[in-house]
Amino acid sequence: MIVRILGEGQYDVADAALDRLNQLDAEVEAAIASGDEAAFTAALGRLLAGVRTVGVPRAGEEYAESDLILPPADAGLEEVREMLADDGLIPG
Amino acid sequence: MSLMKRMSLVFKAKANKVLDKAEDPREVLDYSYQKQLELLTNVRKGVADVATSRKRVELQINQLQQQSDKLQSQAQQAINANREDLAREALTRKSGLTQQIADLQTQHANLQAEEEKLVLAQQRLQAKVEAFRTKKETIKATYTAAEAQTKINDAVAGIGEEMGDIGLAIQRAEDKTQQMQARAGAVDELLASGALDDLTAQPGDDIARQLNELSSQSDVEAELARMKGLSAPAAPQAIGQGEAGAPATDVPATESEPEAQQ
Repeated sequence: MIVRILGEGQYDVADAALDRLNQLDAEVEAAIASGDEAAFTAALGRLLAGVRTVGVPRAGEEYAESDLILPPADAGLEEVREMLADDGLIPG
Repeated sequence: MSLMKRMSLVFKAKANKVLDKAEDPREVLDYSYQKQLELLTNVRKGVADVATSRKRVELQINQLQQQSDKLQSQAQQAINANREDLAREALTRKSGLTQQIADLQTQHANLQAEEEKLVLAQQRLQAKVEAFRTKKETIKATYTAAEAQTKINDAVAGIGEEMGDIGLAIQRAEDKTQQMQARAGAVDELLASGALDDLTAQPGDDIARQLNELSSQSDVEAELARMKGLSAPAAPQAIGQGEAGAPATDVPATESEPEAQQ
């Protein structure tokens, strides 16, 4: 499957690696729910590092739709909340 | 629902709106190509804007660094002149500048990171736009409107997503640049108002003036000592040499000692 990290690009990720990523994803989700900025930053860092480790960057010239999309590495908790909330995501 | 899934859904919903304008699917190709070219222009402009801000911060860091170096050398001069009070004053002012410089260096690193991201995004988009230009002509020439539909749907979803990603990167870089410019503006005002010059100029000038007085005093003393050294001290030196020469005449005495030991 294709995973996009916003601001970075797309990665091809083997389906077998998805369980581990879901685990990391759940930690990010929990940090957002608790509003713990430090925990969020750490958990997001681990999730993105996980994608980069198991994934292979897509360097192709073809446009492809991602199966999953993740926030930028330097996104703050509040920023991600806003992205999820409404129309903060795509300018214009 | 997980973050990954929510994020994807929200982002895709937005991305799809970017391009759903044209009726004929083949028009979508031309329309989306235009949009990609516009985005390419925007991302280039974004890179230039961030670079301008970065250079401005570099200039400010250099200016503050010069002030700081000046204070450092003044402190050293003051120490050499045994004026610890002046040295302390100069170092105190310097430490204020050091904090400001460190802050600007952090901002500089942030801007540099944003610039690099945008440059990468630009390269990524550039390659895709060029590939797309060829592909869209092929699709238009090969397929009927109905056949083109599925081909185009796939492509358009990916294009919308890529455009959304890059658009977001540009917006984030702009936000950071704006924050930066507000701070850089404050430093510029500070530099222009002479408030920072005052650090070295007004009270600092005081340091400089006092150091100058001290150094001109010590220059005079040094000059005097040198002149005395050329005339007066020359005589005692010659006498000393004469005195030293006297025991040296007892050479046989020193020569006899090793003989006595043997």
